[in-house]
Amino acid sequence: MAALDRVKVLVLGDSGVGKSSLVHLLCQNQVLGNPSWTVGCSVDVRIHDYKEGTPEEKTYYIELWDVGGSVGSATSVKSTRAVFYNSLNGIILVHDLTNKKSSQNLYRWSLEALNRDVAPMGVLVTNGDYDREQFADNQIPLLVIGTKLDQIPETKRNEVLTRTAFLAEDFNAEEINLDCTNPRYLAAGSSNAVKLSRFFDKVIEKRYFLRDGNQV
Amino acid sequence: TQMLSASSLLQVLFFGFGWLFFMRKLFKDYEVRQYVVQVIFSVTFAFSCTMFELIIFEILGVLNSSSRYFHWKLNLCVILLILVFMVPFYIGYFVVSNIRLLHRQKLLFACVLWLTFMYFFWKLGDPFPILSPKHGILSIEQLISRVGVIGVTLMALLSGFGAVNCPYTYMSYFLRNVTDADILALERRLLQTMDMIVSKKKRIAVAHRTMFQRGEVHNKPTGFWGMIKSVTTSVAGSENLSLIQQEVDALEELSRQLFLETADLHATKERIEYSKTFQGKYFNFLGYFFSIYCVWKIFMATINIVFDRVGKTDPVTRGIEITVNYLGIQFDVKFWSQHISFILVGIIIVTSIRGLLITLTK
Repeated sequence: MAALDRVKVLVLGDSGVGKSSLVHLLCQNQVLGNPSWTVGCSVDVRIHDYKEGTPEEKTYYIELWDVGGSVGSATSVKSTRAVFYNSLNGIILVHDLTNKKSSQNLYRWSLEALNRDVAPMGVLVTNGDYDREQFADNQIPLLVIGTKLDQIPETKRNEVLTRTAFLAEDFNAEEINLDCTNPRYLAAGSSNAVKLSRFFDKVIEKRYFLRDGNQV
Repeated sequence: TQMLSASSLLQVLFFGFGWLFFMRKLFKDYEVRQYVVQVIFSVTFAFSCTMFELIIFEILGVLNSSSRYFHWKLNLCVILLILVFMVPFYIGYFVVSNIRLLHRQKLLFACVLWLTFMYFFWKLGDPFPILSPKHGILSIEQLISRVGVIGVTLMALLSGFGAVNCPYTYMSYFLRNVTDADILALERRLLQTMDMIVSKKKRIAVAHRTMFQRGEVHNKPTGFWGMIKSVTTSVAGSENLSLIQQEVDALEELSRQLFLETADLHATKERIEYSKTFQGKYFNFLGYFFSIYCVWKIFMATINIVFDRVGKTDPVTRGIEITVNYLGIQFDVKFWSQHISFILVGIIIVTSIRGLLITLTK
């Protein structure tokens, strides 16, 4: 197979939300049997068909960079993490549906990643506080994924899903809620799989295609 | 009654302080699932602080003697109850509820764990002359003495660890010189390793996809018969893949090491910058004195063990004696030296708890 073009997508979130399980599910189509603490960054690759089913179909590599750690880490760890944020094309924000703090920390995660990437089209922030307008202007596509859906009892589900809908709106992003130990949530043809496909298409578009549709 | 209300107010204050400490410091980035944990922590903290406060009151002579005695008895009973019964039981309960196998009969297994703990706890008192005919077997003295044994051992361990760790952490003599170029070089190596991992994973992904498209489903050999089968009928492609997978595993281990080294370098650089500020210089200065104190303690402890003698006076008392004799200041040596040693050991222990936990979980 000829060498394919690539895009880089970061997977960010608090410790223990299920980023490694999610990345494993996305790339190997299998459930991760023995999740362990991620030290540093673990990368995996997914092959994606851009505009599948149309004549312009093209295959791309999507590199999923799963950066471990917590948002309150020491500055030295944050500076080391920042080396992975270079030239990123998309961000997947992962939070735990059973843990409200992990959802709140997503704002800080996204600021940490976006601040680093001060490219001409990047987001410039002055005081580090969250401001919705920054995200409206943001050129890097975001996707919000909530994990451990199976651990939420049926009675609380609506309340949790409303809360996450607001969260996704704040980021101007789509959201998917799933359970990483069950592959049926991302089964081909399901609405989650469609959203995922759309997100990856958007990432590839922003990277390789200018607004008028010509290839870079 | 005035005394009663004053001390209960203090107790409530300590409870609130423990609660806040838990929320703000310990569980800053996490969510508390079970409020029981927080309540027990705050209650234990409150009662421990109250005991400490009662000792200070005893030394200073505040409040009247009978109410102090009453409070002391009450506190002692409650703390023993918490330490010996509640905390071990809840630790066992939460450990058990995290293991999927034992999830069904949580209470039963928690009780089993607690009984095991009580057995070892009781056995702890065997080498010590605790059982005396005056007190009987099921008395408070039995429990306190065992708790005391554990407590003193822990304090000694922490103090020893702190004595060695303190000089290393505080003194800037031990700081290697780290330049920006070093950090950049290491970061570049890290990114190169990541790139190598990515390219290898791409090859594996492409191979999987072509095999999937060609209809060969690549199953990992599972179970005994699967392994036997894979020995005889091995596909050439899969052998190549497992080789690449091994290379990937090695590279991932390398990338983790590089990441930790880079984080270390960043931390060292920060410490160097901090040590150049005014605050840093002040702490460095204090650190030298502290380190000398720690080294002296280690030296004296070794001599005491080797020559099997009991230390008469510790360096703080000697130091104060010398100062008093030299400067001629009126000083109640015994009183102050006891307190100052107490405070110094307390500082060493408190600062070394964190250091010990970090070193153990590295």
